[in-house]
Amino acid sequence: MIEVEGLTVRYGGVTSLDAMSLTFTEGTCGLIGPNGAGKTTFFNVLSGFVRPAAGTVRAFGVDLMSMAHFRRSRWGVRRTFQTEQAIEELSVFDNVAMVHEHSRLGRASRRQDVLDAISFVGLDADPETQVRTLGAGQRRLVEVARAVVGRPRLVLLDEPAAGLPDQETGHLGEVIRRIPEHTGALAILVDHDMSLVSACCQTTAVLDFGKLIASGATADVLRDDAVIRAYLGVA
Amino acid sequence: MGADLSLRNTADRRTSRRRPARPQLIRIATIAVLLLFVLFGFPQLLSLYYIDTMTQVAVYSMVTLALGVLVGWVGLVSLGQVAVLAIGAWVAARLLFATAQPYPVVLLEAGLITMAAGVLIGLPALRLRGLYLALITLMLAGAITVVLATVNFPNGGHGFTGYNGSLVHIPPIRRPSIASGDPAYFRYAVIVAILMFALVLAHTKTKPGRAWAAIRQSEPAALAAGINTTLYKLWAFALASFVTGVAGGVLAGAVHYLYSIGFPTQDSITLLAVTLMGGVYSMWGAVVAALLYQFLPALLNNWGVSADWLTILFGLGVLQVLTTAPAGLADQVPKDLARLGRRLRSRARRKPATGSAS
Repeated sequence: MIEVEGLTVRYGGVTSLDAMSLTFTEGTCGLIGPNGAGKTTFFNVLSGFVRPAAGTVRAFGVDLMSMAHFRRSRWGVRRTFQTEQAIEELSVFDNVAMVHEHSRLGRASRRQDVLDAISFVGLDADPETQVRTLGAGQRRLVEVARAVVGRPRLVLLDEPAAGLPDQETGHLGEVIRRIPEHTGALAILVDHDMSLVSACCQTTAVLDFGKLIASGATADVLRDDAVIRAYLGVA
Repeated sequence: MGADLSLRNTADRRTSRRRPARPQLIRIATIAVLLLFVLFGFPQLLSLYYIDTMTQVAVYSMVTLALGVLVGWVGLVSLGQVAVLAIGAWVAARLLFATAQPYPVVLLEAGLITMAAGVLIGLPALRLRGLYLALITLMLAGAITVVLATVNFPNGGHGFTGYNGSLVHIPPIRRPSIASGDPAYFRYAVIVAILMFALVLAHTKTKPGRAWAAIRQSEPAALAAGINTTLYKLWAFALASFVTGVAGGVLAGAVHYLYSIGFPTQDSITLLAVTLMGGVYSMWGAVVAALLYQFLPALLNNWGVSADWLTILFGLGVLQVLTTAPAGLADQVPKDLARLGRRLRSRARRKPATGSAS
């Protein structure tokens, strides 16, 4: 469970997150909102890249803000990026193994855990393949494999389907839906593809200009007038 | 079941990787033969002038290797490597004059002390990258050069600096007893260089190498993978400084006499240029860079051509590398040769066919 209380982030005079209070309980949760709503900023706070002006975040009872950024991944906060960040120079195996070798998990299970993660995301490529030779969809899967390897507790997926064709998005949606069941982690999905969010997320929260404007069951949230106004700009 | 099978297949592929494949064995054998030829063939075939030059190549291949780690593996541009080399040479010279320790111990100490200094130089890298880091390291290198010019290199005097300006007969910096002659010292330098290459290889092929590759591509991605970027950046500076410090120690014995004028700050810029030209992503790149930096000027001098022309050549070379071959000559030349071979073979195949048709 992730408990966010009064989270505020300011960049100069701009307030990216404005006293956001929310609880993500379990499964795969959606986080949506128009561009600039503060979704990635929220992920950056959880990852430790951005220090909030105010507020607290407790993840499974642990104060996340008191943890150094690189230790959060070791503890179990994993993420993908809006612009995919698989390491081009390394093989698929090494990309995933790298996360494992910097976690608290032992060496004994590394090879199996890495192969499990690659197998889980359904990546149809030799683990020894250099990532730079892979297509966009495959590279996204490598990133997801990095996020789920070992024992993640919180998996943050930042627009993982951006730019992917429908077929690959469908496969990715299937993978995302199975993350909580496969790893026991809580997953938060940020995406603009409402069909993907609907298919993957039991609950969804909506941000607009840094403010939380709705949260609840995904189907209800997507019918909410305030959400429709925020997305479509209807007066 | 299907999933299990695919897992077993990928696992098998990983297991088979542990046994070196045939091309890999051929590659290792080729390198071994090449090294044996360098160690035993060069002293027989080359004149003393070129043996001394090749000793310098061995020394500077360690320096360009270290610079390659910083620039190529971690993405940190350092313009202070010549100053780091000078620190290594200074420490080694001081220890060689002051103590009777075996040469390898002195090299190790020079490497470790330079490593400590290099980590201090690398501290700005924790907050800076690119041009600003390059500027800071250049300024620090300038400062070190000024200090060395004031303190002077040890020349057999007493005290902390080991410099005595009134000495008439300056003793040479000693060499190891097993390598007092130039050919033997060349072999000694090559063996030390091989050890340093092995040390770097042991880093780049394992956990630190993967962490550095991640840091170079994206620091947020590295942090998100649990990599302590501060630690690994300093680790890179420590390794690069250790290797450069050892190179300084070998240089001290090679030249016998050290002067601060021999380590101008601007040489760090030329070193970066040749390192980029040679190729920052491979071990061979470091060797090519050292050949460009030391062998080419010696060759031109021998032919009576001013080595100053190399400034223009290196400038054009860096331009060419940055625009068409980012992995440097070490990557480009074999590819170009292979392409040329394919063209020649296809032309040779076409010719008889044309003949029979007519």
